[in-house]
Amino acid sequence: MENEKGAKKEYLEEFGITSREVQAVMGKVKVRDVDYADLYFEHTVAESVSMEESLVKRASKSISQGVGVRATAGEKTGYAYSDEISVRQLEQAADTARYIARSPAGEGQVPAISVGRPSRDLYPVGQPATEVATKEKVSLLQKIDALARAYDPRIKNVMASFSTEYKMVMVANSQGELVGDLQPLSRLQITCIAEEKGQRQVGSYGGGGRAEFGFFFEEGRWEHYTQEAARQAILNLSAGDAPAGPMTVVLGAGWPGILLHEAIGHGLEADFNRKKTSAFSDRVGQRVASELCTIVDDGTLPFRRGSLNVDDEGTPTSRTVLIEGGILRGYITDKLNARLMGIPLTGNGRRESFQCIPMPRMTNTFMLPGQSDPHDIIRSVKHGLYAVSFGGGQVDITNGKFVFSTSEAYLIEDGKVTRPVKGATLIGSGPEILKKVSLVGNDMRLDEGIGTCGKDGQSVPVGVGLPTIKVDEITVGGTEVG
Amino acid sequence: MRIDQNFTADLIARAKRKGASAVDVVAVEGDSASVQVRLSAVDKLSKAQEKRLGLRVYFGRRSAGGSTSDFSPPAVDELVATTCALAEAIVEDPDSGLPEPTSLAAVRPDLDLFDSSAVSMDQMIDRATRAERAALEVDARLKNSEGAEFGSFAGRMVFANSHRFYGEFQSSNFSCSVSPIAIENGLMQRDYWYSVGRKVSQLDAPEAIGREAGHRTVRRLGARKVATCRVPIVFDPEMAGSFLGNLCSAVNGYAIYKGASYLIGRLGEKIAADNITIVDDGRIPGGLGSKPFDGEGLPTRKTVVVERGILKSYLLDTYAGRKLKLSSTGNASRSVGEASSAGATNFYLAPGSATPDQIIGSVKRGLYVTELIGFGINLVTGDYSRGAVGFWIENGELAYPVEEITIAGNLKDMWLGVETVGNDLVFRGRVASPTVKIAEMTVGGD
Repeated sequence: MENEKGAKKEYLEEFGITSREVQAVMGKVKVRDVDYADLYFEHTVAESVSMEESLVKRASKSISQGVGVRATAGEKTGYAYSDEISVRQLEQAADTARYIARSPAGEGQVPAISVGRPSRDLYPVGQPATEVATKEKVSLLQKIDALARAYDPRIKNVMASFSTEYKMVMVANSQGELVGDLQPLSRLQITCIAEEKGQRQVGSYGGGGRAEFGFFFEEGRWEHYTQEAARQAILNLSAGDAPAGPMTVVLGAGWPGILLHEAIGHGLEADFNRKKTSAFSDRVGQRVASELCTIVDDGTLPFRRGSLNVDDEGTPTSRTVLIEGGILRGYITDKLNARLMGIPLTGNGRRESFQCIPMPRMTNTFMLPGQSDPHDIIRSVKHGLYAVSFGGGQVDITNGKFVFSTSEAYLIEDGKVTRPVKGATLIGSGPEILKKVSLVGNDMRLDEGIGTCGKDGQSVPVGVGLPTIKVDEITVGGTEVG
Repeated sequence: MRIDQNFTADLIARAKRKGASAVDVVAVEGDSASVQVRLSAVDKLSKAQEKRLGLRVYFGRRSAGGSTSDFSPPAVDELVATTCALAEAIVEDPDSGLPEPTSLAAVRPDLDLFDSSAVSMDQMIDRATRAERAALEVDARLKNSEGAEFGSFAGRMVFANSHRFYGEFQSSNFSCSVSPIAIENGLMQRDYWYSVGRKVSQLDAPEAIGREAGHRTVRRLGARKVATCRVPIVFDPEMAGSFLGNLCSAVNGYAIYKGASYLIGRLGEKIAADNITIVDDGRIPGGLGSKPFDGEGLPTRKTVVVERGILKSYLLDTYAGRKLKLSSTGNASRSVGEASSAGATNFYLAPGSATPDQIIGSVKRGLYVTELIGFGINLVTGDYSRGAVGFWIENGELAYPVEEITIAGNLKDMWLGVETVGNDLVFRGRVASPTVKIAEMTVGGD
């Protein structure tokens, strides 16, 4: 399906439908008062293999396929989907979708379907990981177990899983465009439990991307993930109580970029801003961060977990500047919200599967590097927290309050990183927190490729990135009252 | 193709012909619909038919699962072939295998889980519209809305295995929720309220849901931070349910045998205050977590998990039971195509006798928590740290709303430190709790 010619035909063939049938269904959806309609075809093969107690004892493989039919009329969206891809099912779905417009059934005028192709392939793979023999995945997980246990005898259990999917999508719309994409995605996740003198602790690490199975063997990746999970578990055995209250926090490079995702990313999704339910509504052009902060959302990074050739509405993804030198520049959009708000379409219309309506979602969200040496940043802190790894985060986009929880953090005392502290939730206000960024490091790093973002019940893979930064004050939710 | 006893028997026979020594089949199918109304106009409308077939095969002690949404004969052939190939690539696990035939559910009571009444799209739109309107009418400061939603699901679940078990049951779900937004001095607050039930008739009136949502939202206006301190914490029933959910995860047999819970090896020991009794009951008629048999075909039952503070039982399926040398508690939970895991049915904290007002009234200075955000819970150690929203309690009364604060402690101390359990238990989900007061936690703020 990678060859230039006949790409349209092959996607259609894969889904067992003709361009004439697609056009006919489209005509039934795009009746008088419907502004826009699209069909989203999906076929996904997913495999998961997991290990615990040194036994690779679980494996499963699933096949999902289906089609979603959408009609929009003004601000309204009608949606129906079916896991049978047949003209009869499509026509039934079309009836539901167009119900939104309250138009009588009929035959709308839609142009003939024409070829659209992603202008690039950000994630060419020879052999998708779903087609690599399961034995090879079993063997990798067994090596991970051995390496983690060899790291330290206090590692008492190792849980590792390899999950991979290969998604074929085809989007056709009422403007006569049809585009297809093949989207590989893999992730390796390792959790270690360490035990010493009756105390137990946990460490987790992982990575992945839209890459081949061989990715995990390059640059010592699986070894690195394993050692990090084991190191974190052992380290946390000696972690003391975390402090409570406001303090200076230095965030390490990479995955701590989850700060950006929660604190500002969600608040800049166009749907919330069109409805004026976001703490960032009507604030384009205003200062929302210190001048050291420039933040982008970029869906075009090769092989990245958050990247896509085209979003789930068929729009090519792009690099969108969200905040430039501290000034809010724009929102991330899907077709519906870009049209209703009269702002640029950024290629951020994403959905979890054919069962879901697309929404504006992030891709890879990160802060551009600054000038500071990360060591100088730590040296500049008299008393604070140095947080290098996090679990999940969450935000209330309406009042802007967000949280994210550390999984590896240390105290900084007199400019030096001293003792590790237990996990604690950090809480702040999205529109305020980045104004308190007083130093930005020159060490921007993207995360390893483990992020999954949830919104309205839909999960999509995303990436984040951050240089080392200093936040002058944020509330740390530990137990120790200073 | 309808999934019935002939279909599952044929599928099991086909897997056995490929060499499988044991097999089980899970299938689900259903119809769902939802509408979202925002500012009295329809925003989204969605409708679907779904089905999914899952197969799990055992080759002696090796096992694997597979699933497909395509029920056509070639797709089902492929499912059998792929799943069997997968199992042969996996290593042997001495504890794997189906439950003993004698343990399977012989009697499957009708638990009143299904309502056949159809709610039309127009009726759904009407209910959502009324709920949102009622919310916005509560106060003039309620000027915007994330919308109101009405959803329905009706479906059927089938389970069969090579011990000749075949069971199926129908279930349904209806829900209505509203999320209004209040604005004052340029600052916004959002909250929500909802009602959910197996039957349409069990739902609260749209107007009642709306009024509660409006009330909960407008009372958050003017929220501020408080100083970092250690004070008593009162969880409202929703947040007490979340706290109970953490305990539910910690007594899950899988977390226990993996060593991933702070409650390993604690059976028979005191893990909570004397006023704590926690029950999992899979047979409550009409319960949102009820089912006549579990995900392995075992009878569901009532299990006392904690009795007056003493840990009496974990939640187990057959596999976790074998790992721990215990019997299944009938808590097998299945995702189609996946191996069994353990999960709660209807999991609740037995009510005490204090009213919520009495509980709040007993606090001189403390925090009433109405919302928690984030994932700062470490089940291995019990360490707990989450973002909180609620009200500052001053001399036994809710004084003012608070936000941008954290609460932190350790689940072990929190459960041992429960001072009072309220009398206000209402099942609004599979995990339910009355109001709970904890002696002391750290509040992180200014």
